[in-house]
Parts: sequence; C-alpha cells; structure tokens
Amino acid sequence: MHHSIAIASGKGGTGKTTIAVGLYNVLSGKGKTGKKNEAIDVVLADCDVEEPNDKLFFDHLELKNAIEISKKVPVISKSNCTYCRKCVEYCEFNAIVVLPPAEYTAVNNDLCHSCGACLVACEYDAITEVDEHIGHVNTFADSNGKITLNEGRLKIGSTMQTMLIRETKKRVKQTDGLIIFDAPPGSSCPVVETIADTDYVILVAEPTPFGLHDMTLMVEILQEMEIPFGIVINKAGLGDKSIYEYIQKNKLTLLAEIPFSREFAQVYASGDMRKTPPIIQNTFNQVAEKIMNQF
Amino acid sequence: MKEITIISGKGGTGKTSITGAIASIAKSAVFCDNDVDAANLHLVLSPEIKQKHVFYGAYVAKINLESCTQCGLCETHCRFDAIDLNDSGNYVINPYQCEGCRLCERICPEEAITSERSDNNQWYISDTLYGPLVHARMGPGEENSGKLVTELRKQARAIARDQQKEFIINDGPPGIGCAAISSVTGTDMVVIVTEPTKSGYHDLIRVIDLVKSFKIPACAIINKHDLHNDLTEEIVQYLSHHNIPLLAKLPFEEKMVEAAIQGEPINSLFPECDPAKTIATVWNQIKSSFTTDN
Repeated sequence: MHHSIAIASGKGGTGKTTIAVGLYNVLSGKGKTGKKNEAIDVVLADCDVEEPNDKLFFDHLELKNAIEISKKVPVISKSNCTYCRKCVEYCEFNAIVVLPPAEYTAVNNDLCHSCGACLVACEYDAITEVDEHIGHVNTFADSNGKITLNEGRLKIGSTMQTMLIRETKKRVKQTDGLIIFDAPPGSSCPVVETIADTDYVILVAEPTPFGLHDMTLMVEILQEMEIPFGIVINKAGLGDKSIYEYIQKNKLTLLAEIPFSREFAQVYASGDMRKTPPIIQNTFNQVAEKIMNQF
Repeated sequence: MKEITIISGKGGTGKTSITGAIASIAKSAVFCDNDVDAANLHLVLSPEIKQKHVFYGAYVAKINLESCTQCGLCETHCRFDAIDLNDSGNYVINPYQCEGCRLCERICPEEAITSERSDNNQWYISDTLYGPLVHARMGPGEENSGKLVTELRKQARAIARDQQKEFIINDGPPGIGCAAISSVTGTDMVVIVTEPTKSGYHDLIRVIDLVKSFKIPACAIINKHDLHNDLTEEIVQYLSHHNIPLLAKLPFEEKMVEAAIQGEPINSLFPECDPAKTIATVWNQIKSSFTTDN
C-alpha cells in the first residue's frame, strides 16, 4: 500500500520543484536533515511535462528507460471511403475534413484527441489508426538500480500534455511508501489530471497578489475534488499580508513558510540543493513531518 | 498592426510584470492576457470591465441512471478512463477525466447519456488607463484553454483594427503545450523572458525550439540576471549562438515586487528606477525592429 501527494501552485515559478525535490531528499533520507530521520521508500514523478525540471536537481541519476508515448490518430483509406462524412459528424474536435465533391479527406493530427469516435462512426472500414509520437516517459535510477525519478517530457510542438501526464502517472511503479507528483502550473486540465486520485496536495504559493489570485483558483479545485491540502508559503517576507488573511479567513492549513533568501535563490539557480541553508532545510523537514503525519 | 507575444517556458520569470510595464508606455496598443488558467495581467492594469461574455468549454457527459441498463458498452469505448462502476453498481462519469468526445453518448443503446458544455468560463473586454484589455477567467479545472486563447486573440485583433492601434501585446502562458502554441501561432514577434536558473535555462531551450518550429522572430530578456552570473553568461552565449537578440538584462529588483503589490506597472509607479528605464529602451528596440523590417 502506498500513498501519493502532488505539489501544485496555480501560478508558475512559486517553488513547486523546490518543494518536490526538497521533500524527496528529506523523505528518502538523502537530505541534510539535521536530525534523526527515518527514510521511507519514495519516488518522484515530474508531471510538468511541458517543462520538466526535476532531473536538473539529480545529476547522479542515470536514464534507465525512455518509453516513447504515442497517441492514435486516424488514417482514412481512399479506396474504402464513401465520403459520407459520418466521421466528421462524430469528431468533436474538428480534426477531420471530408469534401465529397472533390473526393478529398484530411486529418489534422494536432486537433485529434485520439478518442476513437471516427473509428466507431465509419461503416465502411475506411479508417485505421496509426501512432503519432507525443513525448516520452523517462525513468531514472540511482546507483543501486532503483528507479527514483520518472518524468513525462512532451515533444516540442505537441498539444497532448494532459494525455502524456496520464501516461506518465500510469507508469510510476510503487508498491509501498510514497509517490510525489510535481504538477504543472495553471489551474486547468493538466493540473487536474496530475492531482486526481492523490491523497494530499501541497499548494506552494508566494505572498504576492499574483500568488494569492492563482492559489485561490487551486483552492476552489481542491475543495470541489475533495482532496485534502495544505499550503507552503515560499519567498515569505517578500510580499504582503493578504495571503495570510485569506488562509486565516478560510481556515486553511498553513504547513510552513520558506523565508525569502537570496542565498537560497542562488542555490536553486545552480541546481545543487545540497547547499541549502539550514534555515530553509528546517522548513523542508517541517513539511515532511506534517505530510507523514497525514498518513 | 503588429502582434507581440511574451512567453517564458518556465513560470514566474516575470512575464506579467514586464508585460504590464510595457503596456503602460506602449501608447497605441491593445493588451491581451493569454495566460487564461492563471490570468494576472488585470491585477497590474486595473481594468474597468466593459463587456462580459461566456466561453463555452468542452462537453461533459452524464449518465441517466434511470435509463442505464449497466451494459458497460460506454466503459469499454471510453479511452479516457472516465467511466467507472461505483460502489452502488452504477456506471458514473468522472467529469474531471471526461474529454468531451461524446462517443459514449452516441453509442449508448438506451440513449441514457447526455452531454452538456460547461459555461464556467468568461472573457472580458475592459478599459485601462493605457488602452483596451482582453482577458478571461477560466473556470477551475476547465479544458480547452488553447481555444479560449485563440478566441481572446481574435477579439484583440478586432479591437486593434477598429481603434487603429499599432500593436497587440499578448501576455503568454508558461510552458510549451496547447496554450503556449495557441499564444504564439501567427504572432509577429515573440519576446522570451528568462532567468539564470538551471530550470529557466532548460525551459528557455525548449521554448526557443518551439518558436523556431513556427519560424517566428524572437528576442529575449534575462530577468534577475544578477542571481547567477555564470548561468547568465551561458544564456547570453546560447542566445547569440541561436541568433536571438538579447534586448536587456534586468537585475533582481524588489521594486518589481513592490509594484505587483501596489497593483501598478513599475513604469508608472517608479518611472525613474533603473529597471523601468531599461524596459522603456526594450520597448523602443521592439518598435524599431518593426520599422527596420518594413
């Protein structure tokens, strides 16, 4: 039996990856914890498939497997097609063009959502499917060969980020312990796909009007999906008090505050989290402890 | 009329603060917030909403339990794992997984499935001190952000034509997926705002690949350049190697945060501070790049 948590934010650049990596390091016993820490079996899954960054913080991990992910797209066979246009009628995404007078057919693969409706629509066996590459699911292993990081990596130019997130999540193998999903920014379908079926969500927010505005969108989603969540305020001290008032007024859980520190911003920039200042490391420990108490 | 889109790859590099600052000095322009799932430009430009419209999102299916005979045909056809048997033995649709393809509705022998479009997205045309703003509020968890971006840009172009504005300035979304693609398709120039972090650099490379595949002229701004001098230098080299003009390097500046808190563009709040002056020269460079082109 394992648990899963997701790190989300609404606004981009608030520190999702920082928290995901920091938490992973503490829980796996690889971080400087400053206190006795019981390591658990934990894997990280980077679901920010448009811009996956988690691997940048783990130089020592080796690529174990790069699984090519494809979507099915239709191909219309001219010899069987009667130009009845039933597939066009079935396609909700305007991905198929059929012009009977010109005996012309075309499929726009970018618009196709791979739902299979056209296949069901066609009564003349004129439609088959072929694979179109949308990205990779990469798995990375530590020196013992254990997979500790999975990442979805969207092919440049593909619009199928939500499907790739679904495929990435399916491939995370974990029996015991914990999975940490690093979510993409925003508050639309890719985020929902990432947080769906997780046991707990950590919202990382910055105390600015932008950060508050986008966090409230995430709070709405989480309350509607009935997923328990807590908030980490990152870059505390840099903004204003409005986010604290919002948290208090709505009786939300504040897990920890990470003070703004130029020194830590530079550590993050360099990608070497081993140099995390103790005051920041303590907040990671604090979050880890509170998360494990959830389960 | 020229359309400029500001993107970044990585989130939080300063797109909206820079867009807002440029907006406040652009004079003849329409502004358009393309980051529909975390729209923030309105927090800087204090819009007065003039028009409100509903944007109909994707369909979501629903099973009528009274007509459903639990044949399971819908579940076997659904490629999005959106249909499950619940604890009471009924097939139910998970609205968050449902892609809105309506295949289940079409194949159900009992006609027990109907679909409705979400009306939980709104878009607005507003007035600001600096010019018209087209923006949106997407319902949390909604699909189709790319289509909404396309709609907003269409509206912004119509306004720019009507009011004979010289520029449209799009505040783009992070990432390189459907919303980013909708935001850069067909624009005249892309301005990439990056930062000297490993993540910022990694994401910059992906966003440049995307923009190059669309063959759109691009230029870049390195924000918070003093955070990591070595990475800034690497980014400068990379941009130069890929023939992407570097318009400016902006330092990490608390006045930028202060302006966001005050809800005002930095160039109107602190017009004399260095970043504001740099942004003013950036805007002049962008404008003159169009005049030399023509």
